[in-house]
Amino acid sequence: MKTAVVRFPDPPYENRDFLQFQGTDEYIASRSLIDAVNCAIALERPLLIKGEPGTGKTLLARHVAEGLGLPMESWHIKSTSRACDGLYVYDTLQRLNDARFGDGDVSDIRRYIRLGPLGRVFAAEQRHVLLIDEIDKADPEFPNDILRELDEMRFTISETGEDITARRRPVVIITSNSEKELPDAFLRRCVFHFIEFPDPELMKEIIDVHHPGLDERLLDQVLIRFYWLRTRAELRKKPSTSELIDWIAALLRSGISTRQLTERLPFAGSLLKNEHDMLAVQQHLDQGGALPSTWDDIRSRYGGPG
Amino acid sequence: MFLKLFYGLRDAGVPVSIQEWQTFMTALEKGLHRCDLNTFCNLARSCLVKSEAFFDAFDRVFVRIFHGVERDLDVTDELLDWLREPLQPDELTDEQRAALERLDADELMRRFLERLEEQTERHDGGGRWIGTGGHSPFGHSGEHPTGIRVGGASRNRSAMKVAEDRRFRDYRTDVVLDIRSTKMALKRLRHLTRSGPDELDLDGSVDETCRNGGEIEIVYRPQRRNNVRLVLFMDVGGTMDPYYEPVSRLLTALHEERSLREFRSFYFHNCIYERVGTTADLYRRDSIPTGDVLRELDERWKVLFVGDAAMHPAELLSPRGNINPRYVADTRGIDWLKRIRDHFERCVWLNPDPPEHWPFTQTTQVIRSLFPMFPLSIDGLQDAVSALVGRRTFPPPAD
Repeated sequence: MKTAVVRFPDPPYENRDFLQFQGTDEYIASRSLIDAVNCAIALERPLLIKGEPGTGKTLLARHVAEGLGLPMESWHIKSTSRACDGLYVYDTLQRLNDARFGDGDVSDIRRYIRLGPLGRVFAAEQRHVLLIDEIDKADPEFPNDILRELDEMRFTISETGEDITARRRPVVIITSNSEKELPDAFLRRCVFHFIEFPDPELMKEIIDVHHPGLDERLLDQVLIRFYWLRTRAELRKKPSTSELIDWIAALLRSGISTRQLTERLPFAGSLLKNEHDMLAVQQHLDQGGALPSTWDDIRSRYGGPG
Repeated sequence: MFLKLFYGLRDAGVPVSIQEWQTFMTALEKGLHRCDLNTFCNLARSCLVKSEAFFDAFDRVFVRIFHGVERDLDVTDELLDWLREPLQPDELTDEQRAALERLDADELMRRFLERLEEQTERHDGGGRWIGTGGHSPFGHSGEHPTGIRVGGASRNRSAMKVAEDRRFRDYRTDVVLDIRSTKMALKRLRHLTRSGPDELDLDGSVDETCRNGGEIEIVYRPQRRNNVRLVLFMDVGGTMDPYYEPVSRLLTALHEERSLREFRSFYFHNCIYERVGTTADLYRRDSIPTGDVLRELDERWKVLFVGDAAMHPAELLSPRGNINPRYVADTRGIDWLKRIRDHFERCVWLNPDPPEHWPFTQTTQVIRSLFPMFPLSIDGLQDAVSALVGRRTFPPPAD
């Protein structure tokens, strides 16, 4: 039975002028995520997405772009990223080199200005979706440095005095792994959404997108194992959605049967990524600990389907 | 009613600003809530709450304020009996789904009451009566975009149900300590200085080249790197056993923290005396004199104690207090602690016991007067890190 968690039929909108995101065929979004995306689009605010690693934060932007039929530009933040890199880079070295070795017209500074992702989106004719990925990787001051540009959607290239103003306000999606605290002033301007870990029902839909037509019983067994692992307190890193999908791929390729799966945990390496966790699970099995095989076994934590 | 939400959130410690409230009001003006409690809840949360740590507080406030909205219905017991055992609905065809009436809340309520009067018998499935498993807007376990749920468990989760579940309790920062958030807190344990290996100084090179009349001149400067050295003293005595999980997570996170310039760890049982262990097993062959530690590490090392600070007062205050009778001690435990405090510039103590228990242990009180003490939680760890590297907010405590 399919639930109506996703892709709700359109409730009555009072205002139909703004773009609406409804999820795409390959991206299963929860109702609250869709609400948050539409809210951000309507309010013209950046959307800040947080959530456990592997819950599809980065993918969201791509699918919002696809769902709305807009081109996308991404800006992947590194620890060395500076705010002005996103706007433009003035290639001093090239100019210096050209001045020294006499290549081209050095007096035209514009030749040495390269627009960054933010600059390109502002300068573009068409409305874009802009992904600012893992903003928390950068210096703690970084978000504040792009505040004004995101607010006013314009900036000045100080070397040439040129003003760049966004023709169409881009849809800005920012992801964070909360490695650093983001400044309050920045947070105040964002619409925030925390991607929760999917419950088994939603997870089934997500898996259906990646591995369509999976045997119902196998899927149940896989999910029971997976959610059981996530409830184990001794694990240092809980397996994530993307790892679950990899695990299922591994199981399918090896053609493992449902019965075999009930007895052991094959290809645990695609779920558990460090020695300590492997040992912990191994120890549990060695000590005669049982693997759960029904939703009842783990129901205390997860309601299970139905 | 809405302002009650604003002040309710602020009273609950959720930092909601006027600016965010105005954003939320704009969103409501634009009709983004779509006359639906679910969407309204999501919208309020997206606009007003900017950290999952406050989701739990938000849920509680939201339930308190909007509790009546879903429950105002006066439903007879008989009706509740029909609804108690739901039928699983057949999947709706697309036509049916499209044909479902889209109703707003007032209209829905009016029709609900009307239909409640008309209806006299149990009803399951179908598209009109109040019952279970159907696609009428009323009843439960049914499918209708703007339906009212009457009793029974929600399968397509409603906002209130979700909020009542308090699923976000785990994200509160004042309770749990998992490895990832521990690492996040430790990330702030840094003090950057230009002391690393050389890197190209671009601005300097350009300057020098210009000064050199266009002849390229390369300038180097040292890289920035973290200058924090951390020494850990950890209690591994019996009273720490209940805290094995959180403490071992902290230890793992510390050992994996690559950005520290240097990290050393020592272990003790209840209190520090002449020798400290270099392994958690506390064998004598794996221990070194505490005095050597003080000689070897200069005052710039940051000191982190982890321990429950709870012991027999004699262990701290008597010269022969060492719990292990084989060690004869002349110096009291508290004197060793004072020596450590006086030797290093910054020391903090993390205590896994809940702070409300601290006032009831004499030794905890004594140790607290020596070192700033924080609970072993994410918030506590963050405060401890600030006390180690932040501006001096804790004056050195007097004896």
